[in-house]
Amino acid sequence: MDDTKRYERLLQRYRDGDISRRGFFGLLGVAGIATGVMGTGLTAAGRQAMAAAAADPVQVRFDGWGGVVSEAFRKHAFNPYEQKTGNEVVEGTFASGDEFLTRVKAGQPGEYNLFHASGVFDYARYTDLGYGVTLNEDNIPNLKLVMPALQAPYREVTNGTLSAVPYDYGTTGIAYNRDHVSDEEVKELGAAILWSDKYAGKIGGWNDWRTRIWYGALKTGQDPNNIQDMDAVWEALREHREGLLKYWTSGAELMNLLASGEIYLTEAWSGRVAALQQQGENIGYHDPKNGFAWQECLMVLKGSPMAATEELVNFMLEPEVAIAVAEGQNYPPSLDPNKVDLGEKIPKLPAFDPTGTLDGLTFAKPAYWNGHEQEWSKMFGRIEKGY
Amino acid sequence: MSTLAESRRPWLLLSPALGTLSFLLVAPLGFIVVYSFWLRTATGADMGGFHLDNWVEFFTDAFYHDILFYTVRVALITTILCAVVGYIPAYFIANTRMKNKALLLLLLMLPFWISYIIRTLSWINILGTGGAVNYVLMQLGIVNEPLQLLYNEPSVILGLMHYLLPFMILNVYVSLSGIDGNLVAAARTLGATPFGAFLKVTLPLSMPGLAAGSLLCFVLGAGTYITPLILGGPTNAMFANLIFEAIIIQLNWPLGAALSIVLLVVLGTVVTVYGRLMGLNQISKSFG
Repeated sequence: MDDTKRYERLLQRYRDGDISRRGFFGLLGVAGIATGVMGTGLTAAGRQAMAAAAADPVQVRFDGWGGVVSEAFRKHAFNPYEQKTGNEVVEGTFASGDEFLTRVKAGQPGEYNLFHASGVFDYARYTDLGYGVTLNEDNIPNLKLVMPALQAPYREVTNGTLSAVPYDYGTTGIAYNRDHVSDEEVKELGAAILWSDKYAGKIGGWNDWRTRIWYGALKTGQDPNNIQDMDAVWEALREHREGLLKYWTSGAELMNLLASGEIYLTEAWSGRVAALQQQGENIGYHDPKNGFAWQECLMVLKGSPMAATEELVNFMLEPEVAIAVAEGQNYPPSLDPNKVDLGEKIPKLPAFDPTGTLDGLTFAKPAYWNGHEQEWSKMFGRIEKGY
Repeated sequence: MSTLAESRRPWLLLSPALGTLSFLLVAPLGFIVVYSFWLRTATGADMGGFHLDNWVEFFTDAFYHDILFYTVRVALITTILCAVVGYIPAYFIANTRMKNKALLLLLLMLPFWISYIIRTLSWINILGTGGAVNYVLMQLGIVNEPLQLLYNEPSVILGLMHYLLPFMILNVYVSLSGIDGNLVAAARTLGATPFGAFLKVTLPLSMPGLAAGSLLCFVLGAGTYITPLILGGPTNAMFANLIFEAIIIQLNWPLGAALSIVLLVVLGTVVTVYGRLMGLNQISKSFG
């Protein structure tokens, strides 16, 4: 029997409660000394001891988008997980994937464990910078319930492996105040309504360069995943700015601006609009042709306590948990509707695809968008400020 | 021997403070300077070395100059308004015969107990289309449609004034309370009107406090990014917003470092000029 096997058996006895924590670490220490006396590498035993400590974590840090999304995670996933395992989930929030990446870059490996990443392009950026891991899919059996169409883009980025599990998807469509803007008008004009002179001063916009450029491409009649005339897009964004009241920077601000009547029109995240509608706000939602679809994932970062994090990820993919979270955050889950009964509410959510193929939605191509990230984010930053 | 020991003593006594300053200020600043000569790669990683690209970009691109000019302009307007608006309560507190003068000073400090961000957000409930001001105006029939009072330059300046006014009032108050009352009385006995005595005696003697308050308001105002982010519109970004964006959104830490140094040099120059003209001891009086 090799050392690893011995260690695994020891760990299993500890987990089963056959030996105490003190006894477990005592035996590990004795094994380490014995290993040293015998002249074999003590470092391996040390590593195993460290692995043992990592295998018994009490804290997993999760970072998400805040607001109703975080509330849904806390209520339907983290609280039951903590009750079941005794582990603790510590939560943080961020306003954008860019902002969170800055924090990860400034932090230490292991400081951030799991986060709610938006878009495959973000997944690619994080893994390109070396912050990814290779998940042991055997430890996440519920991954089999996830739509293959949502898994494929991630596997493509990381050579068939995963550093994340797909969790939900949605769209960034047009939200409008029905007291002032009619359904027919929005359907007729599509993305162009965000440029309407009629509503100048009552239009909002997310200060996210990808979303702005995507809509700029729609306004200028171009394929967002293959823009030919970038100058036309920049000009459209300058024109859009002229009618704009404010670039909003967070979901909470978006909901506040829409609900308070400060703005009548903006592009918005489908789940946030559904939440407003459920609160009784007279807000409409429309996905224009080639509207911006995105898929979110639970991404595990380098240095995380893998056993506990994979356990949490698997727990979050349990159908009853994933469905409850989806109903709470108003985004359809990544679970395959052909394999799992998703109940009554989810099929009515915006962006839901009953086929499980997602063929009707247009996602951002990660290589295309990440390839222009440096140049385009900088240029939009200027346009945003009046240039 | 004893002379050598004596000459070393001040340095020994100062060494904890100097060590702390070196560790917390000088060393990080050194890192920022070094970072400003690095480059951001396409993936977002940093590339070390000695590259002047970030500095060339700053000095040759009018975009940065315009935003810097706008920042100085907004900070200057805010400072002038704080001086005008802040002088009156400072004068009142310094000259009141109320028993509870300390209570007035406590009230002045009260806003500091609430987060700056919360204080800034409060203006949305006051100036928003559904906010208190528009509600009153519409209830009184003065306007039929809500006025757009938010997300423009005046709302940014108002937010900054809300944040900075206590600094101005405290500085002016300290200066005013140090003026010998007999000087004003002497001016009056020599025929000066109350306003003339104020103009020729009180105001000149309170100038150090006014200048110290102005310096603090200007430096803090020019360095803020929260207020324009929350209360500003599309064209109200200030220089600190550029730094935030370079570091947080574009992941361009080297450019962000270069821009941070620019802002530091500009504000440092203002502080140095002030120090030469007025001395920095007035500011410490306000906090001490």
